[in-house]
Amino acid sequence: MSLSAPLDTAASSPGRGGPLAGLRAWWTMLVICLEERLAYRGDFILGTLMRFLPIVTQVFLWTAVFNATSRPDIAGYSRNDIVAYYLLTMVTRAFSSMPGLSGGIACSVRDGSIKKYLVQPVDYVGFLLAARIAHKLVYYAIALLPFAGVFVLCRGYFPTAPDAGTIAAYVLSLVLSFLLGFFMEATLGMLGFWFLEVSSIIFAYMLVQYLLSGHMFPIDMLAGIPTGIAGVTAADLVRWLPFEYTAYFPAAVWLGKIHGADLVRDLAIEAGWVAVMAVACRIAWWRGTRRYSAFGG
Amino acid sequence: MGRLRGVAKVFPYTSRMHNSNRRGTGAGTAVIEVDGLAKQYRVYDKPEGLLASVKGLFHRTSRLVEALRDVSLTVEQGEFVALLGPNGAGKTTFLKLLSGIITPTRGTARVLGHVPWERADDFRRRFALVMGQRNQLWWDLPAAESFRLHKEIYRIDPARFDRTRDELVDLLGVRRLVLQPVRELSLGERMKLELVAALLHEPEVLFLDEPTIGLDVVAQHTIHDFLREVRTRRRLTVILTTHYMKDVAALCERVVVITHGRILHDGPLAEIVDRFTTHKIVTLDLDATPDPGRIERFGFPCEVDGPRVTLRIDRTRIADVLPEILRSEGVRDVSVEDVPLEEIVAELFRAAAPPEPAGAAR
Repeated sequence: MSLSAPLDTAASSPGRGGPLAGLRAWWTMLVICLEERLAYRGDFILGTLMRFLPIVTQVFLWTAVFNATSRPDIAGYSRNDIVAYYLLTMVTRAFSSMPGLSGGIACSVRDGSIKKYLVQPVDYVGFLLAARIAHKLVYYAIALLPFAGVFVLCRGYFPTAPDAGTIAAYVLSLVLSFLLGFFMEATLGMLGFWFLEVSSIIFAYMLVQYLLSGHMFPIDMLAGIPTGIAGVTAADLVRWLPFEYTAYFPAAVWLGKIHGADLVRDLAIEAGWVAVMAVACRIAWWRGTRRYSAFGG
Repeated sequence: MGRLRGVAKVFPYTSRMHNSNRRGTGAGTAVIEVDGLAKQYRVYDKPEGLLASVKGLFHRTSRLVEALRDVSLTVEQGEFVALLGPNGAGKTTFLKLLSGIITPTRGTARVLGHVPWERADDFRRRFALVMGQRNQLWWDLPAAESFRLHKEIYRIDPARFDRTRDELVDLLGVRRLVLQPVRELSLGERMKLELVAALLHEPEVLFLDEPTIGLDVVAQHTIHDFLREVRTRRRLTVILTTHYMKDVAALCERVVVITHGRILHDGPLAEIVDRFTTHKIVTLDLDATPDPGRIERFGFPCEVDGPRVTLRIDRTRIADVLPEILRSEGVRDVSVEDVPLEEIVAELFRAAAPPEPAGAAR
């Protein structure tokens, strides 16, 4: 319709409805976010390479631990197992870590740019998800080569490749770990509606996350630690929390440490947490925007 | 859903509140209805100093600020309304309420038949808000990309999108800018592209918060011409806030003056001039620099600049005084003008007494 059209037709809202339209909008968001990420590729490449450093220090640390002890393994992990484990958690973290997500949300609440998402007919959580997928895709495109290099160099540390079923479970656990990380951090960021500054909350979360996700040590090392409840170890407790699914769990699946009914149960727990956090994120957005509308704007 | 949307298309302004006989006829269709709208904010006082900051951890004093007290107005389709008022008068709060960003403390509002703060998608597809310094355009990408995103989120028909975009872009003369990253553009160029982005989905109502702030005169003119053109072509309803009387004079036949959260005046621009001016400015060109005594004779405050004399004459007396002036010797030319709009409005703002404080400190 042209601008010069008469009133009656001009007033009718232009539109293509249906569920497909929502999907198309989301896809366009994804593509535009991709373009935006690529505008920063230089910064991105450096950031990607820097992420390999902590893993290298972890490998050195554990090598020193094994050198200092005469035991062939610690809690069931040989030296090779440990290196393989850390490389695999690095892969999980590449899916589940969400740099800048919560801080970014809190920041847009503080500086008011969140308004745009109240005025436009667009779903903010959906937009954030599209932006994050774009972010990850660009990251993988850049990180693929260095990752592949490291895995080829370190192939001797890995046991033989797992069977197809395990690989399928592994891929599923990785996808779920991405969603879990996304919804947890998005919910955290929406606390910005209640608190002016969320960086200390994010810091506390990171600390707990670092300890209980398996980032620092494999979670099954906690299996020997009693909790005071008969027959329940610390590892059993952690299993019911969301954290280990953002680092430990997929790695343990690949290494063949979890199978059969246990594997199904843990995947179900992970999926359950994704659902819980997705709902929590929605509620936080809904209540947060209501609060924002009532108090400030 | 599909059926309902269809109805909404045919009867754009029909709602539970409206009679269906008001639909689509244009004149006399209320697009915005506001009744007794009020908004209070709680603000926290933070005293200076470290000790006070520590105390503030345990006990904070707050008070209520009444950004908007009791605003009622109706805007008909196709009207172009200027909201004037000093900083902090409640203009932006009012626009935020009408665009659904905030919820009111009291009162009701309907825009296009919707309660704005319910934020229904059907409503959000039919209006646009442009806030002078906040961008809806993506900073690192060309505006064309943001336009494309709008096409999808507002579900604009592709052919129609192309036509509307081309038309808007040509009206503003910014065709060559749409492929340049937004961050490389000047403030004026960015503002023009913001306007294009806001109008792509052919909104029926447009809210503009200080659209010409910080722009040079040429850019201001371009935007004035553009808004006038779009408005006549589309019968768009526009509410804008501004501090520039040029915006008002160029665009708005209706002016709403808000001070201290209340409407002080609502009417045509000419009415403000009529109601709030007590004087006319009379400029005389004399054939020579006058003697002081000769001018003082008229008994009005005056400025003398060589042979040019400017007098401020009481409006009620102008008819009596003017013939006398014209009869006096050596007057070569006379012009009678209204007091500049800026001056009237400044006087208006000053005269508005602040009302009693809203809430006691707690």
